[in-house]
Amino acid sequence: MSSGDVWILGITMTKFGKRPDVETDELAAEAALGALKDAGVTMKDIGVLAAGNLMGGALGIGQQVQKQIGQTGIPVFNVANACATGATALRTVIMAIKAGEADMGLAVGVEKLSGAGLLGGGASRYDKDTWTPRGTDGAIMPLDGRVGTAGMPGTFAQVGMEYGHKYGGVSFELFARISEKNHAHSVLNPLAAYNKAMPLEQIMGDIMIAYPNTRPMCSANCDGAAAAVLVSDAKLKTLDPDQRRRAVKISASVLTSDPYEEGCQVLPNVNTLTRRAAQQAYEQAGVSPTDLDLVELHDCFATAELVHYDNLMLCPEGGAVDFFESGKPFRDGALPVNVSGGLQSKGHPIAATGIANVWEIAHHLRGEAGDRQIEGAKLGLAHVIGLGSACGVHILEKAS
Amino acid sequence: MIPVVSALALEPEPHLVANECTACGARFFGRRAACAGCFNEAFTQATLPTEGEVVAFTIVAFAMPGVPTPYVAATVDLGGTKVQANIVGVEPTPDHVHLGQQVRLTTFGLGQDTHGTEAIGFGFTPIGD
Repeated sequence: MSSGDVWILGITMTKFGKRPDVETDELAAEAALGALKDAGVTMKDIGVLAAGNLMGGALGIGQQVQKQIGQTGIPVFNVANACATGATALRTVIMAIKAGEADMGLAVGVEKLSGAGLLGGGASRYDKDTWTPRGTDGAIMPLDGRVGTAGMPGTFAQVGMEYGHKYGGVSFELFARISEKNHAHSVLNPLAAYNKAMPLEQIMGDIMIAYPNTRPMCSANCDGAAAAVLVSDAKLKTLDPDQRRRAVKISASVLTSDPYEEGCQVLPNVNTLTRRAAQQAYEQAGVSPTDLDLVELHDCFATAELVHYDNLMLCPEGGAVDFFESGKPFRDGALPVNVSGGLQSKGHPIAATGIANVWEIAHHLRGEAGDRQIEGAKLGLAHVIGLGSACGVHILEKAS
Repeated sequence: MIPVVSALALEPEPHLVANECTACGARFFGRRAACAGCFNEAFTQATLPTEGEVVAFTIVAFAMPGVPTPYVAATVDLGGTKVQANIVGVEPTPDHVHLGQQVRLTTFGLGQDTHGTEAIGFGFTPIGD
């Protein structure tokens, strides 16, 4: 009798960094083939494909990947959900398998982002000859920088500052120390775009992007891809013991959007939808935050990591600063957070991130994380958020 | 004169106007097809207070051409309705802007179009400190 669970059969991420040698579809193919090989299957076994590439425009990345690695006529879902695109691809395949439409599927996320600069802000569609109100807000000129900020750095800076206003205890130095932790973690990750530890003074003395986030406190734009082969419980039971042994159970897969609350359309509220996703995920998995052995959360900026300690309920409400100060989120602490180095050093090739963080967790649960292995890891959580907003939370469990 | 966004009313004194849901009171800047909170399709106009409190801010160092940097962007709570705007009339440093700061609406010119019509922008400036 099948449990109805969905499992990760194979998963991989490419080395993140600069990849001028390959095109986007080739980079995606590299990850997809890696995941298929890791799973011990071929495209012939795959019944559904979901793929994401946020900066790629209208061309379907899923079909482009098929042309690189195998066209079998299966349904393809090209997905886009800002920084949660990779998690959305995973979620799409999981839904297809749970619905019984396929027993094995492939999720791929890829981005080429090296040298992309700062993201966000408005495009120009305004008439400078005659001021003319445009859009639902009746703006006569681009508002970014004139009426607040629309950029990612300034938005997520405010997210951290808002937490400070509510609960106190935040400072430039506190946020910089969170970044220092992640950069220190990245030293052990050979696939990270940057794997150098950075002293606090260097982090605080670097170029200020949007106070209180300096450059190393922002996620690193880079190229990268990640892919996963997912399989139904029933199908897994028919596979050989070596494939089954390395399979990782997806105990929870949740995707939420932003419920309406006062102010959420003015400063994106990244908190409520994350908290809801976490609550649903813990319920689905039948676990509590204290059961977790490691967490990969969406530290797109140092200011964001702080609020997600709270949103993912790794600490009591309002207790994120104390949680950090206790040393728990360090790799030798009680609940290591972002042992991969996080987005600030591992890098953030947008659509790949939501699968790469699941790979990190799976890597530890399989006991294959080498020097950065969290010993005895049995349960982990991966979180991403895409502004707008979409939040993906996956809880993974070591096969027993 | 023309306001930079439709939410800025210039007469009789400059103030911000929100579209308020007639059913649940949720407030929105700009047009909405229905209330994002309760799906009601009727709105009325609500005048917002001109004084409020900084609940989040950042000092942005990079911007598109034509926008002076660094600038202070903030989320300001106007009597329970939050708005996004710049803090102006202060040094853009962490020593001069703080969480909980009391601020007041102010307006300023943003340049003229070829017909000589002046665009009017808005921001907030600290009260008494």
